[in-house]
Amino acid sequence: MPVTQRERSLDEVFGALADPTRRAILVRLTHGEATVNELARPFTISQPAVSRHLKVLEQAGLISRSRRATARLSRLEPEPLRDALTWLVSHREFWEESYERLDELLAALQDEPDAPTTDTDGRSTS
Amino acid sequence: MNELTIDAPTGVPQVTMRREVDAPRELVFRAFTEPDLLKQWLGPRRLTMKIDRFEARDGGRWRYLHREEDGTEYGFHGVFHGDPTPDQMVQTFEFEGAPGHVSLDSARLEERDGRTTIHMNSVFQSVEARDAMVASGMADGVREGFEQLDELLGRLATVG
Repeated sequence: MPVTQRERSLDEVFGALADPTRRAILVRLTHGEATVNELARPFTISQPAVSRHLKVLEQAGLISRSRRATARLSRLEPEPLRDALTWLVSHREFWEESYERLDELLAALQDEPDAPTTDTDGRSTS
Repeated sequence: MNELTIDAPTGVPQVTMRREVDAPRELVFRAFTEPDLLKQWLGPRRLTMKIDRFEARDGGRWRYLHREEDGTEYGFHGVFHGDPTPDQMVQTFEFEGAPGHVSLDSARLEERDGRTTIHMNSVFQSVEARDAMVASGMADGVREGFEQLDELLGRLATVG
């Protein structure tokens, strides 16, 4: 099932996003490509530390890197992020919609407390 | 008032959910433990739920599938620990699309004035698994980052 691969990469994306510095780096990159130096500037951490964060982001597919002369440029890859956000929204939607249906079911059951609890949607179970 | 509260605390592999419903807890308990009722509410309407087995007792197994309109199926299975009661329903939960990522889920029903609050708690094997499987976007701190990113991604999308 393709879902497996997707789950695995979501694991990596969420792992990468679990760190506030990495999220800040991504936000910075939404303004355009940047060098390691430029990315390190707003933080109180060393350039090698920023490089380690960039490596994690790159492995998760959230950024890509290229060279310009002696500098390495990082660039945002928004697709995995969109996937992750869609997934988060859908988890909340899953439960919100489930509970709306539960509300309806409980209301129906209370209208007719002795009614048999047969399937009303006509779908079969095995 | 019937709002769903989801809490995924930073750094802890746990998710808690809380939701109030307008029914006595015995009825809510039935909706959680009787397969014919369960499949009438669990999951979005667009998915068809098919229950393979659902043995709501100590050591009982459960397995169900959610099917998309295009035929894609998502399977889930687990085992009940202890006989389920309104005070404690404990089970393992595994999404067949991510084998090995097992969570320990418990639910508790609390009744007051004829209304019931459903408390659900899921514990994952790691914070990363929690974040991947559930709602890290709801967690403190992470949420802000996501809102920020969401906004900016929206802007990116309009730029192309």
